Amino acid sequence: MNAALLFSTALNSVGANKLRAGLTLLGIVIGVSSVIAMMAIGRGAQVSVTSRISELGADLITVQPGAQALRFAFFGGGGDSDVLSFEDALALKDDVFAPDVRIVAPENSFSGSAVVSGENTFVNGVGVTAEYLEARNLTIATGRNISNANVLNTSLVAVLGSETSTTLFGNRNPVGATLKLSGREFLVIGVIESQQGTISNPDNSILVPITTSHYRLKSGTGLVNSIPVSSISILATSEKAVDTARLDISTVLRLRHELEADDDDDFLITTQQDTIETLEGTQGTFVILLGSIAGISLLVGGIGVMNIMLVSVTERTREIGIRRAVGAKRRDILFQFVTEAVLMTFVGGILGVLTGWAIAYFGNGATVDGDIIETVIETHIAAIALGVSIAVGLFFGIYPAVRAASLNPIEALRHE
Amino acid sequence: MNSAVPVIELSNVTREFQVGSQVVKALDGISLTIQHGEMVAIIGPSGSGKSTLMNTLGCLDTPSSGSFFLNGQNVSDLSDNQLAETRSRQLGFVFQSYNLLTRETALSNVELPLKYSGGHTGKNRRTAARTALERVGLSHRFNHKPVQLSGGEQQRVGIARALVKNPDLILADEPTGNLDSKSSAEVIEMLRSLNEVDGKTIVVVTHDPEVAEATKRIIAFRDGRIVEDRAVDSVKTEAAEDEQVASE
Ligand SMILES: Nc1ncnc2c1ncn2[C@@H]1O[C@H](COP(=O)(O)OP(=O)(O)OP(=O)(O)O)[C@@H](O)[C@H]1O
Ligand SMILES: [Mg+2]
Repeated sequence: MNAALLFSTALNSVGANKLRAGLTLLGIVIGVSSVIAMMAIGRGAQVSVTSRISELGADLITVQPGAQALRFAFFGGGGDSDVLSFEDALALKDDVFAPDVRIVAPENSFSGSAVVSGENTFVNGVGVTAEYLEARNLTIATGRNISNANVLNTSLVAVLGSETSTTLFGNRNPVGATLKLSGREFLVIGVIESQQGTISNPDNSILVPITTSHYRLKSGTGLVNSIPVSSISILATSEKAVDTARLDISTVLRLRHELEADDDDDFLITTQQDTIETLEGTQGTFVILLGSIAGISLLVGGIGVMNIMLVSVTERTREIGIRRAVGAKRRDILFQFVTEAVLMTFVGGILGVLTGWAIAYFGNGATVDGDIIETVIETHIAAIALGVSIAVGLFFGIYPAVRAASLNPIEALRHE
Repeated sequence: MNSAVPVIELSNVTREFQVGSQVVKALDGISLTIQHGEMVAIIGPSGSGKSTLMNTLGCLDTPSSGSFFLNGQNVSDLSDNQLAETRSRQLGFVFQSYNLLTRETALSNVELPLKYSGGHTGKNRRTAARTALERVGLSHRFNHKPVQLSGGEQQRVGIARALVKNPDLILADEPTGNLDSKSSAEVIEMLRSLNEVDGKTIVVVTHDPEVAEATKRIIAFRDGRIVEDRAVDSVKTEAAEDEQVASE
């Protein structure tokens, strides 16, 4: 029997029981569409995280205190040697030792209540220098930035994130207004341009001079140079200089911290590339996880096909006998049943791709729990899913088909 | 076709079935030759091995021992695929229970054997199927499904299917077994005409003495053996007496 005949025979048989074929197909449709939708969501998450990180600038390097084993800045470090100081930051500006470093912005953090017209609001703030905005790729919307003079003078001035501004002052322009932090009155000198969606989320923050944060808000003591910093944001002279800048930073800090050759670093340098790679790795695992869950439903769909094909072979034993009696070879019967199985999974695959595509398409931009879902539809995933569904038909169709083909014609004809 | 070579030549054919620990000899040393253009009736009590013989002749079953030559070809030499090809090319089988595909129309049932032998276009197949259906007088029933046909009509579709590849040999296992006497007579008339007009070799199994008498040669079976093999006399009375002997 030639391919066209095989196909029309299979179509006829499958079409003879539309409800059954439809339900069997449904398993495959669900499997394939969930593969497509899951992968689109997974890839979308990956791409959006990457692009959000990239907004910070590919030349950004962050240095945090602590050993190479991941430790977060706000743990404050274990001992003195773990602490990065303001002086460390100043040393990184050295043109001789760190020629590839362009901008150095040390920061520390504080938290507490901000009081405006008698109303308390809890805020997380950052103590910064004038370089902070540039290092973080931020701009001032209204007013001005914190100046070097403000840092030197421990000025009681604050720059607000756009959301903080709204929370504290409503729709008013807060520049020139005052707010109280730890009982001291601060003058608002500027508001940062909103950066909706970026990972550092500056909109919720409040910036004050690093010295003010240390001496006035955290009751710190000591010389300016010894102020502990929780993180230093550094821009390399160019994207290409990131790796050499990283080496410069490491050399300078190891020297300053008097580390021996076989001592581990007591600081952690992270480039944007590192962050992207780590996150992409995590996201990759996430995509694989989603994909496997979807794949399992495809497998279940395949088992459904096998089940129906086995039932079909039993029900159609007599038909098989008739076909064999009028000249069908074993392989004609084999191909007929395999074709039927593949036809079902192929049609199921196509419907599944369309459904998955529709889910991904209409789901793009939807919000779930305040998070915007982004989806990325990849044609190669659709092609693979379709290929897999055909393979599922072949794999699960072959056993029932072999059973059909191996029936003895006389016994098959006697079958009631 | 070389008419010197017999269509069917069995020598000492046996067919045994293992049923539990018992061996059933369905065919017990059958030797039989059927020439071109013969019309043979096989009669005998139930369980005497008639269907087993037909299945063997129809290349659906193979002998346990002995040899079977079909048109000069030793069937035991053939592979499974070649047996399928032989079934499709050299003979047509007509069943007691019609064995039509219930979902398909008369036309596509008749087309079926052509689908399993290459070299036919769809148009070709339909033309051949129409011709075969016309030959059995069903030109007005092309697009009827089996349930929409009477038993006699279904059996004529079955005959058309056996005819469609124009084989020389038609095997019919109790073709009238499920039919009333009128349809039965029509089917037998059909087979006779295929023998007399078209020159086909016909072997028909029957329990019906009238059917047997309509043929040219009667072979009687009992317990897997041939107990009688005779030419049919045109004198009715004599034939009826013989039939009584054979069916005891
Ligand atoms: N597949 C089989 N397995 C076991 N025994 C079988 C098989 N086929 C046939 N037989 C036995 O072989 C013998 C002959 O059977 P067969 O069907 O040829 O009889 P028959 O002459 O056609 O009978 P009927 O007139 O009832 O159709 C019977 O005893 C039957 O039980
Ligand atoms: Mg029988």
